[in-house]
Amino acid sequence: MTARRPWWKTMLGIVFTALMLFPVYWMVNVSFTKTQDLRLSPPHIFPTDPTLDGYTEVLRQQLPNLGTSLLIGLGCVALTLVIAAPAGYAIALLNMRGGRTLNFVLLVAQMIPGVVMAMGFYAIYVRLGLLNSVGGLILADSTIAVPFGVLLFTAFMSGLPRELLQAARIDGAGAWRTFISVVMPLSRNSALTVALFAFLWAWSDFVFASTLARNSVLKPVTLGIYSYIGNNTTQWNAIMATAVVASIPAAILLIVAQRYVAAGVTAGAVKD
Amino acid sequence: MTIKTVPDTRPERDAAPVAELPRKRRRAGLNGSRWAAAGFAAPLVVYLLAFYAYPLIRSIDLSVHDYTVRAFVQGNAEFVGLQNYIDVVTSPLFGQALGNTVVFVVGSLIFQYAIGLALAVFFRNSFRLSGILRALFLVPWLLPLIVSGSTWAWMLNSDNGIVNSFLQAFGIGQINWLTSPDTSMIAVIIANIWLGIPFNLVILYSGLQSIPEDVYEAASLDGAGAWRQFWSITFPLLRPVSAITLLLGLVYTLKVVDIIWVMTSGGPANSTTTLAIWSYREAFGTGQPDLSPAAAVGNILIIIALIFGFIYLKMQRRQENS
Repeated sequence: MTARRPWWKTMLGIVFTALMLFPVYWMVNVSFTKTQDLRLSPPHIFPTDPTLDGYTEVLRQQLPNLGTSLLIGLGCVALTLVIAAPAGYAIALLNMRGGRTLNFVLLVAQMIPGVVMAMGFYAIYVRLGLLNSVGGLILADSTIAVPFGVLLFTAFMSGLPRELLQAARIDGAGAWRTFISVVMPLSRNSALTVALFAFLWAWSDFVFASTLARNSVLKPVTLGIYSYIGNNTTQWNAIMATAVVASIPAAILLIVAQRYVAAGVTAGAVKD
Repeated sequence: MTIKTVPDTRPERDAAPVAELPRKRRRAGLNGSRWAAAGFAAPLVVYLLAFYAYPLIRSIDLSVHDYTVRAFVQGNAEFVGLQNYIDVVTSPLFGQALGNTVVFVVGSLIFQYAIGLALAVFFRNSFRLSGILRALFLVPWLLPLIVSGSTWAWMLNSDNGIVNSFLQAFGIGQINWLTSPDTSMIAVIIANIWLGIPFNLVILYSGLQSIPEDVYEAASLDGAGAWRQFWSITFPLLRPVSAITLLLGLVYTLKVVDIIWVMTSGGPANSTTTLAIWSYREAFGTGQPDLSPAAAVGNILIIIALIFGFIYLKMQRRQENS
């Protein structure tokens, strides 16, 4: 599909994107600014005299936190996929009794504010001694992604051609076999999409982290930034450097996997 | 994106005899898989009970007791019935927090959706670099909210922020975005709109892709221009996707804590205290956790979210039937 008027649209697109990404640029710019230049008016638009002070500080302090966030993100991805994919299959393709009710419950579950969940988890974790633990945080963070995951798998799988599943059944494949060898390979893009979001939401979570892991030795990076802001209200270059470092993995993940996101969502359109 | 339910696969009774054999097989297969379906859904059901239902029950339990820090440890909180709810609703802060929530949600959604839709239409037909540009548009969405929040807080800083120094170039005097109760809400809404545009763009763009190209071709053969095509094809055909986008946007926006907390902590003078922020502050924002009123506020927020949820579900059902 080649466009008729490509170049002015490209120009306009670049302008829109630049406007949209300006705050991101500004974060990077400030992170390279020297402390004494932060109060300049008007501020430097480009980092003409860059400094890496903010970054050396950040890497020394935040490296363990970044590792913790990575661990929590991966844990959430695994948990979300294991629960959401089979459930989506049951609702979309196995004609499950109560599937409609379950869909309804999931929609409702998505509406529950994180604050309320955090209070509930807090009350439970106090008794179980799970406060300030990575495992407890993984469980809590996964609640952000599981309902979304099931709904996405359900939506995609109900778009799969039924003939394919009938063929598998006629060939003697049971429900499990069909799931593993037919449905899951076809749903690869959906699985990637779900995994991507499960990771990002866990990585970015602040509400659960700030309530359930306040005094944890292993802090996620969001909490690291937050306490950093509290302690350094003047050194915005260091704060922005932390922010840049915290954004890098998320940004890489999206740029690399962006086509899977698009493919995963649009693949559902290929049906009757 | 609409979630289809099963009945449309069921064979009709008066089907042609030729198709009888495979249909019978399929029905047997479906009946046989009932147990399999339950098995595949079992982990989810257990998960929902343990990690949704149980925390919710605990939060309701918190809201009908008087949990002080000591009572929390000893587990002997006094049962007070609906007293926490009565205290919360009659508090002067309640009306303000409710009003702030409405302004925050409506202000955010209108602009997120309108800008997201405009961009989705802009990106519908690919042009040179469109894929890369569209990918870049998603970046704000992926940034941890705490990152975006602190960036916006610095950009909107009264003395040293880039926004004010840009406005000063046009002769507009200093605006105390985050420190004046008149503008703080606008400031957090601006940041939240920025955060929500990528989500709206992705969902609406994917919705646009499922509108067949020949509909547009037919329309342009009939002489419909771009504006006409948008209002007679794109907008009506996109309605189910729009409903989902707006509902999910509503849900996400009602719950927002991070961005407001990082930028203003609900201040100044409670001008950005939404229900979610109020609840968070009571529970975890101060040195003295006061979980019982916080849970009451949180549960009121759930009820509000559910009311909109039911409106949405009713709307969706009507769309399926028509």
